[in-house]
Amino acid sequence: MTGPILEVSNLNVIFSTPDGDVHAVKDASFAINESECLGVVGESGSGKSQLFMATIGLLSANGKASGSVKYRGQEILNISQPRLNKLRGSKITMIFQDPLTSLTPHMTTGAQIIEALRVHSGLPRDEAEKRAIEVLELVRIPEARRRMKQFPHELSGGMRQRVMIAMATACGPDLLIADEPTTALDVTVQAQILEIMRDLKVELKTAIVMVSHDMGVIAGVADRVAVMRHGEIVESGPVDDIFYKPRADYTKMLLDSMPRLDRPDRAGHAHVPALKNDKPLLEVEDLTVHFPVRGAGLFAKSRPLRAVDGVSFTLREGETLGIVGESGCGKSTLARAVLRLLPKTQGTVVWMTRDLSQISAGDQRRLRKELQIVFQDPLASLDPRMTIGESIAEPLKTLQTELSRDEIKRRVRKIMEQVGLEPGWINRYPHEFSGGQNQRVGIARAMIVEPKLVICDEAVSALDVSIQAQIIDLIVKLQTDFGMSMIFISHDLSVVRQISHRVMVLYLGRVVEFADRETIYKDAQHPYTKALISAVPIPDPKLERAKKRLKLSGDLPSPLDTRAQLNFLKSRLIDNADAEQYRPKLVEVAPGHLVAEHDPI
Amino acid sequence: MSVPFSDKTAQIVGLALEVKGRSLWDDARRRLFRNRAAVVSIVILGAIALAAVFGPFFLAYSFDAQNYDIVSCAPDWWPDHSVLCNAGGSHWFGTDNIGRDLLVRTLYGARVSLAVGLIATLVSLVIGVTYGATAGYLGGRIDELMMRFVDVLYSIPYIFLVIILMVIFNRNFFLLFVAIGAVEWLTMARIVRGQTLSIKQKEFIEAARAGGVGPVGIIARHIIPNVFGPVIVYVTLTVPASILAESFLSFLGLGIQEPLTSWGVLISEGAAQMETAPWMLIFPAAFMAVTLFCFNFIGDGLRDALDPKDR
Amino acid sequence: MFSYAIRRLLGAIPTLFIIITLAFFMMRVAPGGPFDSQRRLPPEIEHNIKAAYNLDKPLYQQYFLYLGRLAHGDLGPSFKNKDFTVTELIADGLPVSAKLGLSAITLALLIGMTMGTVAALRQNKWVDYTVMSGAMIGITIPTFVMAPLLTLIFGVYGVSLFGYDISLPVGGWNGGALRNMILPVFVLSLGPIAYIARITRGSMVEVLHSNYVRTARAKGLSSTKVVIRHALRAAVLPLVSFLGPATAGILTGSLIVEQIFGIPGIGRYFINGALNRDYTLVMGVLIYYATFIILLNLAADLLYAVLDPRVRYAK
Repeated sequence: MTGPILEVSNLNVIFSTPDGDVHAVKDASFAINESECLGVVGESGSGKSQLFMATIGLLSANGKASGSVKYRGQEILNISQPRLNKLRGSKITMIFQDPLTSLTPHMTTGAQIIEALRVHSGLPRDEAEKRAIEVLELVRIPEARRRMKQFPHELSGGMRQRVMIAMATACGPDLLIADEPTTALDVTVQAQILEIMRDLKVELKTAIVMVSHDMGVIAGVADRVAVMRHGEIVESGPVDDIFYKPRADYTKMLLDSMPRLDRPDRAGHAHVPALKNDKPLLEVEDLTVHFPVRGAGLFAKSRPLRAVDGVSFTLREGETLGIVGESGCGKSTLARAVLRLLPKTQGTVVWMTRDLSQISAGDQRRLRKELQIVFQDPLASLDPRMTIGESIAEPLKTLQTELSRDEIKRRVRKIMEQVGLEPGWINRYPHEFSGGQNQRVGIARAMIVEPKLVICDEAVSALDVSIQAQIIDLIVKLQTDFGMSMIFISHDLSVVRQISHRVMVLYLGRVVEFADRETIYKDAQHPYTKALISAVPIPDPKLERAKKRLKLSGDLPSPLDTRAQLNFLKSRLIDNADAEQYRPKLVEVAPGHLVAEHDPI
Repeated sequence: MSVPFSDKTAQIVGLALEVKGRSLWDDARRRLFRNRAAVVSIVILGAIALAAVFGPFFLAYSFDAQNYDIVSCAPDWWPDHSVLCNAGGSHWFGTDNIGRDLLVRTLYGARVSLAVGLIATLVSLVIGVTYGATAGYLGGRIDELMMRFVDVLYSIPYIFLVIILMVIFNRNFFLLFVAIGAVEWLTMARIVRGQTLSIKQKEFIEAARAGGVGPVGIIARHIIPNVFGPVIVYVTLTVPASILAESFLSFLGLGIQEPLTSWGVLISEGAAQMETAPWMLIFPAAFMAVTLFCFNFIGDGLRDALDPKDR
Repeated sequence: MFSYAIRRLLGAIPTLFIIITLAFFMMRVAPGGPFDSQRRLPPEIEHNIKAAYNLDKPLYQQYFLYLGRLAHGDLGPSFKNKDFTVTELIADGLPVSAKLGLSAITLALLIGMTMGTVAALRQNKWVDYTVMSGAMIGITIPTFVMAPLLTLIFGVYGVSLFGYDISLPVGGWNGGALRNMILPVFVLSLGPIAYIARITRGSMVEVLHSNYVRTARAKGLSSTKVVIRHALRAAVLPLVSFLGPATAGILTGSLIVEQIFGIPGIGRYFINGALNRDYTLVMGVLIYYATFIILLNLAADLLYAVLDPRVRYAK
């Protein structure tokens, strides 16, 4: 049994910035053995990425690394670039988070893979080409030969990441460092990528480092885990120990904060409030939003982008409806159409028995008081030139013009307290706060007018796990206090399940399944829902290992492709790109449980 | 969090605890003053402006007093004594070819050049911001059309059009301001439009709409304050461009006419007398170069202060 | 790619059309005709001359006649130099101006790109600051100051460099002799050098910090390979976009340079035409320049699409 592939001792990374020195990695020590997968988990600012940038010699100019990094017993920290270049890309490789910007846009994918091969193995051109195709097929890219000639922007996100993996494994590395490789990808695509990485580990016997903030991802691939916080490794050990017998408080806190798909109601977290009555507040019928998109080519006519294609639901008082789906499913468009921030193409939205498209402009403005929204990006949803007090006050000032300035200020301070912000911060600016605090500002702004419906559009997706848990608890608490209804939109089924009474699954602008939070998990019927559930990583290694993978092959379909809607009902597909396709209908398989028609699996 | 005070006391205590925030302008100002080149430029520019406005009052000579006894004299400190004036009086910058004191003329030229620069920039600011903001906010077809127009005009080497205009309308002084301002408004319009478009898509605009704010409120409260930054940067870079444009025209004989003078005119006269009286060229040229440098440093400093990226 | 090119070409035509129309009507709007400064002519002769120049027909007819002749490349006769047509005058000055302009842009690209790349590779070190400050000079000191200044130093006073006495001619073209070309070309290229250096540096710095350069380094490529194969092509893109404005700048600058150095190019015809109210000449030069710039912008757009595959498939 050979020694460890990589041995890191007392690694320190310091960045010199105009505002002083930043100690990004403090005294890190660990080892990685052959064919082993080390999961490194931590939130933003934990130093996990910088640690590996330092081991591979890719620190930016103002960073200094000290300590020792040994590859197979040889010291590689701070050695000369030419010597490092022999190892990088061949024996130790790294893949990064954003596959679009990580591939050179003006070189074909084939050229980039071949370049790596020729630099390190000196293969002649045609042999390198053959090997490149081999390695693309290894990562299960269909039509590898054709893909080689394509440019990165012509491939989807999942494909690009596979190309990156192919490029990194082409020369048979001992160690592959993956820095948040799936964070920018959709959940089902993420599942495919993780599957590929697991298989590579077994087939090629490559050691892998998986850096991630998602403990579910780590649980699914790692053999050993290191938990990092503020530059230090607070705990490390075998994966089962970390997950089932965590010792450090931080690890316990992380595990506790992480929403779990199989356990939506855990102790210590706010619980979904019981429904008081059955009164429907919002009735949406066949809502459709089409965007005309200019066709490619000189004379092509415009085709409609079917962002939302006939969605219907009702929402009761005090109820939370969770809408879940991946990129392109239309969930954000749906939210904005309901709030009339976007024009709808068809369908009706009835709020408290009034059809929103039939009322006067003045009434429409007044109704804004009752329908509010919290956005995804906390910093982008606040005007950087306004104090947070001004931002919070704005809807109140606009919609309740009769209030005096003192009264407005009093209410602002009150709502700030209710969302957990110090009222004394009222004159501060958004850039002085963290993401979590800014999101509280966004929530305060939405709640100050005491709306009856709040739409949360990926409101917690941009936050760190621990902060995310706090904000989710806050939202649920506010719902209990204020008694409002909610539409909670997310791509994360675990969060949606935790917070909602009923869950709606969207695919390409249409509802494929609609059920309450228990049924959607225990008795999912539609193949897409099942694949989605199967793909969601659960922070529980034993469960992950035992999971039967229900794979969806291929990329996420484009909403422009009319045939994609029948991906699960191929028996009714008309093979003509311009034909009007059959629209799968929603069938009520049990009271309150709707499933779209699909071919039996 | 509940304190056993009365409401009023709580208000007062609360007010006392309110921390003043650090706005983006405060941050930018601090960064700007850390930039030594920009600070020095501001000081120098201020000095030149003061000298231009108040200087001529303290000098003995008027800018158009011709004195054929002291034609083309070198400044008092010129090393080559053979070209000095010996008719008495003190000429720090020497005299020109018809005996006018060059120091006064340079300062007068400063007045005109700076005035033209500022006014022309103002013209381009007004036209450009209105045009660009309208196009950016309205978007869609109107935006396309308006920007097409800008693109068309961009294809013409604009100075040529200005020259033609000056010729056709016979060197009208008022027209000069408008014409030069009209050269720069294109880029200003483009910048403002670009900024408006990018801000329009930001989520806080959507948030304001969800809060019931109407289009006027959005433009006034959200778009304009956020567009301000790049516009200011560009204004400080437009002033030197306008001064250059005016000098260019004056040099060709199409700009400022007698009896007024500007740096461009002085340089033109100086270039003609270059071999016999080089000081006629050096002083106005140096003043103009220093002024332009200062504006550019300030503009660069503002750009870095308002949007600090990895320089 | 092909459809992209066609679309750009079609888009350029209306632009040209507008400029031509603009030129025509400006010409007619201008007060005073080409003959006002001369002696009063007897009415019949004036009438005949006007007829010969088509000035007596209604405006819209003159417009279409003008367009028709333009289509044949006929820009009309010069009102002042009555023995020549505008086309002849332009053709006369073209080789000179072309030689001057091309040399200037080549020099500007060579020096500017080198300066910018060097500054970017040594970012924030003293080399960077020196180079960029030097570039500032090109932007702030106008051509008509530089030209006389350099002529003063190298032409009038003469400079001794490495033991050699360098004395350049103060003016004259001399058929394009090298000694005569040095100062005008150098002066003309100063502005573009400054802009090109700044753009190259900024763009190179941005590209060197990009994610794909990070990937290239992670692949174990040497620094040279990273810069040449991955960074350079992307860094050059803003320069390609700048070619249009750069050429416009050189055309503008050539007005001054040709004037000061007494070079018989198109710029000088334009200035003299403007001062003498020779409208056809002035408009002809304008149209010529505008066409040139539009075509150049088109070429730059196509070059951009060649360099950046992402643009080829966009709308």
